[in-house]
Amino acid sequence: MHADPKGVLTGLHFIDGDHAACEGAIAAGCRFAAGYPITPSTEVVERFAARIPLVGGVFIQMEDEIASSIAILGAAWAGHKVMTVTSGPGLSLMMEHIGYAAMTETPCVFVDVQRGGPSTGLPTLPAQADMMQVRWGSHGDYGIIALSPNSPQECFDLMVKAFNLAELYRCPVFFMMDEVVGHMTERVAIPKPEEIEVVPRRFTARKPGEYKAYEPGEDLVPEMVKAGDGYRIHVTGLTHDERGYPAMNPQAQDRLVRRLVEKIRANAHKLVDVRQEHLEDAEVVVVSYGITSRIAAAAVEEARHAGVKVGHLRLVIVWPFPEALVAQLAQRVKAFVVPELNLGQMVREVERVVAGKAQVVSVPHAGGTVHQVEDILARILEVAR
Amino acid sequence: MSTAALEVTLPTLQNPLYRYLRQDRIPHIWCPGCGIGTALNAFIRALDEMQFDLDKLAVVSGIGCSGRVAGYLNVDSFHTTHGRAIPFATGLKLGNPELKVVVFSGDGDLFAIGGNHFIHAARRNMDLFVVCINNFTYGMTGGQVAPTTPLGATQTTMPYGNFEPAFNLPQLADSCGAVYVARWTVYHVRQLAKAFKEGLSKKGFAFLEVLSPCPTLYSRRNRLGDGVDQLKYYKEKSVVKNGADTREVELTFQGEIVVGKFVDRERPTWLDAMNEHFAQRFGERYTPYGVRHED
Repeated sequence: MHADPKGVLTGLHFIDGDHAACEGAIAAGCRFAAGYPITPSTEVVERFAARIPLVGGVFIQMEDEIASSIAILGAAWAGHKVMTVTSGPGLSLMMEHIGYAAMTETPCVFVDVQRGGPSTGLPTLPAQADMMQVRWGSHGDYGIIALSPNSPQECFDLMVKAFNLAELYRCPVFFMMDEVVGHMTERVAIPKPEEIEVVPRRFTARKPGEYKAYEPGEDLVPEMVKAGDGYRIHVTGLTHDERGYPAMNPQAQDRLVRRLVEKIRANAHKLVDVRQEHLEDAEVVVVSYGITSRIAAAAVEEARHAGVKVGHLRLVIVWPFPEALVAQLAQRVKAFVVPELNLGQMVREVERVVAGKAQVVSVPHAGGTVHQVEDILARILEVAR
Repeated sequence: MSTAALEVTLPTLQNPLYRYLRQDRIPHIWCPGCGIGTALNAFIRALDEMQFDLDKLAVVSGIGCSGRVAGYLNVDSFHTTHGRAIPFATGLKLGNPELKVVVFSGDGDLFAIGGNHFIHAARRNMDLFVVCINNFTYGMTGGQVAPTTPLGATQTTMPYGNFEPAFNLPQLADSCGAVYVARWTVYHVRQLAKAFKEGLSKKGFAFLEVLSPCPTLYSRRNRLGDGVDQLKYYKEKSVVKNGADTREVELTFQGEIVVGKFVDRERPTWLDAMNEHFAQRFGERYTPYGVRHED
């Protein structure tokens, strides 16, 4: 199905990533957002608050991030596409409801405009240090999806995709921006509504009585209903059976939690979204994501000019990690160079998947600014030697 | 006489209120003498007397003994996280304003971990009916001190008696802007059912405090006898004062219990205020949100 024309500002814009992300959400069909002010993410909801009255929807500034992160889940069960928007400290407060969303299979998008941490850290300066937190931050086992845009244009385009994936997989989807992408102003082309593909909620065609809220389909994802339609659903964060009723036993736990993990793991091949540059003959591969991919791309070009056979693998979907692709590359390349605005997070995934078959080099950065091209270039030249 | 002549078909007798419960989830988890079931019964009676459209009712609970109410009701029901029933209910209500959203939870859930959400939902006059089962304790976790535990009562984490002052819940709700505030005990089943009807009919943030015994933890630790003894206490020490000043309805350990309807007033709900505000700001360009259009 296509985007509702009412929400789509077709045309060319000169806006920052935060604003573009908001436009992407509205184009994707988001009509309910809740948030709490936090730098550098607030502009996303400021724009949503300004835009949504005439589009037809609701924004509510809740009393904190805990409230925001569960108000959206309530609205999702009323049938809405929903998001909340935050940054480091707010994301930390939302963790319990990320688990609740995963457990209750509530489609939702969490926008994280990353800033330096830990704690209050660097409110106005960038980092990419929440990558592991969004994967593992809530207690227990579950699967999530995370995307990492590197420009305002992608903040629009990938936000639509983020909402679509939330509907398809019924799991929390993280939109991993950073301060630079959020505040960078660039040209953003918003397509016509009929050129924007949106995935509707997977509402069941079954009648009340024939429907079980947590009976999975072939792709391990159950069909959904909404409150008020006569299905008399029960939704709980307790371990539950296919009816949605609490089931306090190891068998129910194994069945449910395994599926929550497997519905992402088993579909991981459909969730590969990468950009590949010069990988055909590469001996060294730079693996990057988000804002760092723009600096990495410059380093790769410079190294190519210097005659180094280096390629660039940019992760657009960061979680699930594209294991098969990286493992395949590890069979034939000499080394991986992994620059990121943290002291070594996604590099651990690269190391795990490469499993000693090639050298893996981290180019860490504690955040506060982006890498220098030279820092990444030096490591490329070093491992290529 | 042949045996066949003795075969008569007896009508299957069933409590007419069973249809309100998910019978495949019964028996419930509540202890003998606990008052939560009585409160639930009064709620169901209210629904039945009102012939409430159950497809337009959603019940949201937090965590704890009272948090299990949602799971037993045969309506759209949500068992959320500890303390967060109100913000979930806020999203649900704003997501579909046609629903009547009732929050059913306990005193620890609503007023300790969830206290911030309560005061803000009341301030906004979010159109929710919040029912607090107040048993003065954390039952599910074994009887710890709650923000409602009276001074002097003993709890596992106040083993030498509670020295923290308790919240006066009606006063808190009143001062934050609730449009309906009442308190009854599970001894007052008829008044309770009436209060449920009033709360279900009220537009805006309505609050009902229901005092309920916890014989297993609160009563036992304080040597107050069993559930019946607590009901006797409710009967003997309750004083009905409708319209009482909520500053004067504070509870004390085994002291007088002021019950009644304390507040009943009108204030625009959050959603009505939003719609009215945007209609003024944008004129005809604005389509009121969540208002059904008769085509």
